Amino acid sequence: MLNWIASMPNLSAYGTPTYFLYLLLAILPLGIGLYYGKRFSWYEALISFIFLFLMFDGSSAKQMVSLVIYVVYQTILVMGYYHYRQKNNAGGVFYITIFLSLLPIVIVKVTPAMVGHNSLLGFLGISYLTFRAAGTIIETRDGAVKEINWWKFVRFMLFMPTITSGPIDRYRRFSKDYRKVPSREKYLGMVEKGIMYLFIGFLYKFVIDYFFAQQWLPAAENMAMAHGHHLSWWVVAVAYLYSGDLYFDFAGYSLFAVAISYFMGVETPMNFNKPFVSKNIKEFWNRWHMSLSFWFRDYIFMRFVFLATKKHWFKNRNVLSSLAYMINMVTMGFWHGVTWYYILYGFLHGFALVTNDAWLRYKRKHFKGLESTALTQNVARFITFNFVVFSFLIFSGFLNTLFFGH
Amino acid sequence: MEDQIKNILADATGRDASDFNDTAEDLYSNGLLDSMATVSFLLALQDEFDIEVPVSEFDRSQWNTIDKIIERVKELQND
Repeated sequence: MLNWIASMPNLSAYGTPTYFLYLLLAILPLGIGLYYGKRFSWYEALISFIFLFLMFDGSSAKQMVSLVIYVVYQTILVMGYYHYRQKNNAGGVFYITIFLSLLPIVIVKVTPAMVGHNSLLGFLGISYLTFRAAGTIIETRDGAVKEINWWKFVRFMLFMPTITSGPIDRYRRFSKDYRKVPSREKYLGMVEKGIMYLFIGFLYKFVIDYFFAQQWLPAAENMAMAHGHHLSWWVVAVAYLYSGDLYFDFAGYSLFAVAISYFMGVETPMNFNKPFVSKNIKEFWNRWHMSLSFWFRDYIFMRFVFLATKKHWFKNRNVLSSLAYMINMVTMGFWHGVTWYYILYGFLHGFALVTNDAWLRYKRKHFKGLESTALTQNVARFITFNFVVFSFLIFSGFLNTLFFGH
Repeated sequence: MEDQIKNILADATGRDASDFNDTAEDLYSNGLLDSMATVSFLLALQDEFDIEVPVSEFDRSQWNTIDKIIERVKELQND
């Protein structure tokens, strides 16, 4: 069975123009259906299955096995907890369920740091599926998710346009879209937006990012390495070029995922909103990888602060907010992977959020007369942008290569 | 109710109640409210008006102006 799957051609998501051709042809009947007010669920399941299969066959065949086991496992957990929650609501059961739901990702993230190779449990997209499953369990506990249908949950987990790298949707939002068919007027609006996003995505990913990722960044990295294992001005160039690559690659991909979702009549949330115009780091996280940062905000930051405030754990509110920022961002760092540079990246952003709040308090007290002008705003943008670029240099892992040669 | 809510907002954000004069202004985009202040604000609302707002039911776009907050509180009181 596995040999047969391994011999099939592999079609990674949004990789080549041909992929878009196949994908758009395959979803065309769905679009016609939606235009006439019908959602062809069985057809959608079929093409989703085919495209998922093509993403995980060939050399990724082992990942397909892991993906199937993973989805079955999470579905059992979510449905089990949902049935339990209808009659009971013990905290212990909730924490055990969340622990079990997070266990695979913890194993997958820790394994490379412990034994030096990747875990067999892993597959492309496991991080993003974990957010969807854990978010659903948390909202079930809150009583916000009132009904879960196992098939709809599986479709939510395996929603083809967003499976490998998000944007991270929420079960309640997704199932609401999925239950109904948008009106013709609304659907045509979604298609129009989708076409625009698709073309901006092409521009970002296949034109602009080609220069960043294929030409400029590798050239700067080679120059930096040629200077030996220490810092040089070329490292500064690497920082800016890597930031460009990261943004155009990921924003381009996210636009594809949103566009294809729209064509399928699902309003997947946006991931980026002009992040580099941010005037402070808090605003940056409201504009950069939004579906991830909002997940952390809603499920980690807000919940921790809520609990701590209710139980009066801290007398000083600034101490509490600082601790909550650090927990939030360091957890995000660990989620990216257990390496010194991801964790340092998390610390830096936590520290920046704390500093930003402290500055705002200081400014309110001592600089009452300081007016917000075009000049102060642009100074703020400049500082924010350069801090972010510096943090991305850490995040890129290039310093690890430069200093330690791996 | 408007004045009560303005006072709660002032408490939660550490600002003056006079910062909250415009009831149609977006409190998040102008930097008056953030996640931290939201939690204190929600807890104070729950005490003051005897309503229940679970964090997962909290959708920023439904709570981002004083006008909307008044509307939500009235809805929740009638539930």
